[in-house]
Amino acid sequence: MGNFEQKLNRFLEIFIEQNGYVKVLEGLKNTIIIAVLGLVIGIIIGTIIATIRVIPKYKVLPRILNGICSFYVGLFRGTPIVVQLLVFYYVALPLMGLHMTGVQVAIWVFGLNSGAYISEIMRSGILSVDSGQMEAGRAVGLSFGTTMMKIVIPQAVKNILPTLGNEFIALIKETSVVSFVGAADLYVAFNYIGSNSYEFMVPYLVMAIIYIVLVLLISLGIKLMERSLRKSDRRN
Amino acid sequence: MIDVINLTKKFGDIDVLNGIDVKINKGDIICVIGPSGSGKSTFLRCLNCMEDPTGGQIIFNGVDIADTKVDINIHRRKMGMVFQHFNLFNNKTVIENIMLAPVHVQVKDMKKAKRKKLKDDPAYNTTKAEIIKNARENAIKLLERIGLADKADVYPSTLSGGQKQRVAIVRALAMNPDVILFDEPTSALDPEMVGEVLDLMKSLAEEGMTMIIVTHEMGFAREVANKILFIDEGKILESGTPEEFFSNPKHPRLKEFLSKVL
Repeated sequence: MGNFEQKLNRFLEIFIEQNGYVKVLEGLKNTIIIAVLGLVIGIIIGTIIATIRVIPKYKVLPRILNGICSFYVGLFRGTPIVVQLLVFYYVALPLMGLHMTGVQVAIWVFGLNSGAYISEIMRSGILSVDSGQMEAGRAVGLSFGTTMMKIVIPQAVKNILPTLGNEFIALIKETSVVSFVGAADLYVAFNYIGSNSYEFMVPYLVMAIIYIVLVLLISLGIKLMERSLRKSDRRN
Repeated sequence: MIDVINLTKKFGDIDVLNGIDVKINKGDIICVIGPSGSGKSTFLRCLNCMEDPTGGQIIFNGVDIADTKVDINIHRRKMGMVFQHFNLFNNKTVIENIMLAPVHVQVKDMKKAKRKKLKDDPAYNTTKAEIIKNARENAIKLLERIGLADKADVYPSTLSGGQKQRVAIVRALAMNPDVILFDEPTSALDPEMVGEVLDLMKSLAEEGMTMIIVTHEMGFAREVANKILFIDEGKILESGTPEEFFSNPKHPRLKEFLSKVL
């Protein structure tokens, strides 16, 4: 493995002396920003869609909205994320006459995409809450929306937190394709180091380790959050 | 106070209520009995439009609340409801359960009064902190009444069934309703906890609260109600005071029903 030592030295040289670490930090920052903001947008969109989809459908407006939501979910689940990135960047933005950086595009596309998935997760969460909770809220004179926000969704979120954690982990990993639209994430940073040293073994190994550490940290955070949300249950 | 005129309800093609007419006056305590599947719960749930009636009218304080154009949320505030399975808000503590609706509704009214600059409206001169303070004081009073003041800050999952149902009843009381609807309030309770819930309901009755109670507790109905309705196949087959109802039932279905349950 003397060969490996040589490779490691070459990597460290670029990483430290040629400011490779700046690129990596920048990439790490972008990866996290895209995943976190994507998740936030996704949760907002997903909650709205899920709420619309559980409204009783004997009136016309909820039916139309429900149709729109189904179309949205079908669209974003039916195409690969890379295709969505490319279409958003090279088709939608020029058509709308807008300019965005690669990172901004990635945030929006990942947000819109995870919104479609989270809407189904959230819907199953809402359906898992006993319908008596909604009835009790309505019976004291709260509106559908208020009962949803104050009573049902908080309980739904508690039930779906592990699945939501999965979604966040998936998001973190999927962001590794954002270089398609020129966003500098972890992959771009390590690819840069590799290209400059003509040596890819160590950079990609370190990249994998960083992803694993990120995911482990997120899992831990979710576990802690779940524990604090469970305080209204008897099973602590 | 509540005037039910020719109320009908269909679930799909199935007729659950076939024209119910009943007049409920202030201070009435009405027990609704009947076999399972007779439509008695559906009748009760139609009264506050938890199930939208298919036809007929429900005149509550002069307004037909069966009309879908009416803002039902405003009328439900004056119509408490107690459920068979308690339905306390699981993500709220006991005191939050009681305070939630009063605070929400009053804060909303206050914001509306301020937005429209209704200086004569009492809601105009209050603040959110004041509303919360009053609601908390009221909630504590209610909890003291049922002897659960020490449980104010626990979550419902730690309460017994009887305690949950008593909290559910005072949650309805916190809105100062004109009438409270009870949907089989003791059916999901262990036998030893039925008494504490019935006692609370009795004390409400003595204070003159208007109550409509779907129940299988014949003893309670006989003792507390001033009118009993027997519903079967979506119709009121017989109604009357407890004395005539139990001692001299007329309708053959009622005779058969009473012979089975008494």
